[in-house]
Amino acid sequence: MTELRGVGIGLGVAQGPVARMAEPLPAPTDTPSTLTAEAELARVREAVAAVARELEERGEKAGGLAREVLEAQAMMAEDPSLDEEVAARTSAGKTAEFAVYDAFASFRDTLAAMGGYLGERAADLDDVAQRVIARLRGLPAPGVPDPGHPFVLVAKDLAPADTALLDLDKVLALVTTDGGPTSHTAILAREKSIVAVVGAAAARDLVDGETVIVDAAKGVVTSQPTDDELTQAQHRADARATAASAPLTPGALRDGTAVPLLANLGKPGGAAQAVELGAEGVGLFRTEFLFLSATQAPTVEEQTKAYTELLSAFPGKKVVVRALDAGADKPLAFLNDAHEDNPALGLRGLRALRASEDILREQLTALANADKATEADLWVMAPMVSNVEETAYFVGLAKEYGIKTAGVMVEVPSAALMARRILEIADFASIGTNDLTQYTMAADRLLGSVASFQDPWHPAVLQLIKATADGGKANGKPVGICGEAAADPLLAVVLVGLGATSLSMAPTALADVRASLLQYDLADARRIAEAALAADDAASARAAAQSAADPAA
Amino acid sequence: MTEVTRTIRIGSSNGLHARPAKLFAQAAKDAGIPITVSKGAGAPVNAASILGVISLGAEKGDYVTVTADGDNADVVLDALAELLTTDHDEN
Repeated sequence: MTELRGVGIGLGVAQGPVARMAEPLPAPTDTPSTLTAEAELARVREAVAAVARELEERGEKAGGLAREVLEAQAMMAEDPSLDEEVAARTSAGKTAEFAVYDAFASFRDTLAAMGGYLGERAADLDDVAQRVIARLRGLPAPGVPDPGHPFVLVAKDLAPADTALLDLDKVLALVTTDGGPTSHTAILAREKSIVAVVGAAAARDLVDGETVIVDAAKGVVTSQPTDDELTQAQHRADARATAASAPLTPGALRDGTAVPLLANLGKPGGAAQAVELGAEGVGLFRTEFLFLSATQAPTVEEQTKAYTELLSAFPGKKVVVRALDAGADKPLAFLNDAHEDNPALGLRGLRALRASEDILREQLTALANADKATEADLWVMAPMVSNVEETAYFVGLAKEYGIKTAGVMVEVPSAALMARRILEIADFASIGTNDLTQYTMAADRLLGSVASFQDPWHPAVLQLIKATADGGKANGKPVGICGEAAADPLLAVVLVGLGATSLSMAPTALADVRASLLQYDLADARRIAEAALAADDAASARAAAQSAADPAA
Repeated sequence: MTEVTRTIRIGSSNGLHARPAKLFAQAAKDAGIPITVSKGAGAPVNAASILGVISLGAEKGDYVTVTADGDNADVVLDALAELLTTDHDEN
């Protein structure tokens, strides 16, 4: 077996024979035109119009997000600036094919040079160019292959026109050699829940018909897999399918130990989907959306309205709201506009709120108002708390406004180490594993060059999670997890084994975690956690947990 | 002929890309009068050109200058300003 690495989209796994996307047409050569300039331009205009109509038709069939993208591509085909560039080339005696190729290339290079989101739009434009040139040559447009049986589609990068028409019954998985987690392939794979690994450069060597395993959870494509690997992958795929269709029971271990499964939400509008996917409440409601687009703080009335909308969706259920968490990667001019060399270590989270206490007081007022108007069980927590004194400050202030349950986020190692004292005062703690990992490993979570340090499986991080859970246990207070770590089905078991009392995650991860918890007793979870804690690094902790988990499941 | 110019702040979370760029270029095309758009001191581009609009690279909070030339330029600019200030990426 050979493992090809890329970026996995989602947690799925699939296997099947490879079918490659047709290679792009060879670039037209710059041979002099034998027609008049007018005739060449007329050929181009006929071709772009035909391609634009076809893209629009495909959009109409596909609907949703794909339709928007395809309509945008149709507009690119008939773009007036592009038409000028083409006309300049046909007037200079170029053929229609070369004029289109060259004019599109100049625009795609501009986009590609801008990088990021715009760079990835270059692929959309390439696709339009290919379609126009194919039309001019009387060839079929490049597109999704049809080998007559289900297949793993391997392509350079998929254009929206291709992904929109994918027949889900035929496509087992998607693999691309180019493109990142924000490419169309990734966006549409997420939207349509297709197993996908993007940016796996080595996948260019895969050949039609060979069997591969596509493991999105690991971001790996396995070529020439062993029978054992195929069986395991099938087992996981079956387990996932069962999990997805399993009844929405409350989160629990196999022995019945309750582990409430909650949703992380960033907007009140996300509540309906969370409830549909079986969220038993909200474990982290981020309030930044109310503030980030504003040049000044929203009014108490505006905030009350938004919080009331959220709380109304969860009558009788727990909803944990985090006070405004600004600073570092989420700067807010009206809260802190001083330049800081190390914003992650600066005036952020509760520190920033304390420096602008009126904003915190207004937020607590609005939350108390919304609590009175609704039936949900409102919990409020402060972000980025680093010591006992800050805990006392926040809990005291929240109680002053009539907030019944006030707690703290544990994201800073000092808070984890002082958890026993902190939880004497706070009603609960919620561990933000992303920041806790960043601060424990001293690795900026936004910096690609140190991304390898940003792994919540690291035993140092797990020890701090255990310290926090122990602090909760000593005081009889709940300690939940609300970072991305809770969405990893195996790590979720470890977290429960370490003493976490609830798990909060993106709603789409609920089914996988619910199914995973049901495979283990509390004693198993503790044993698996011990195995991970005893490891030297993140990778061996994961491996140790995996082998400790296998006989139990 | 009346040429009207207005400077507008981008409201969409993801800037003037993708969907907002498409809506804007489509509206500019449908208006049927010459319209240009520029960002900061940059060169103006044809507002009906989705590629031109996207390559401005205008982000949320950036100011763009839109110039329309025609009898109904004021009305057209009202509609375009509305499009630019709305957050189309709000879910």
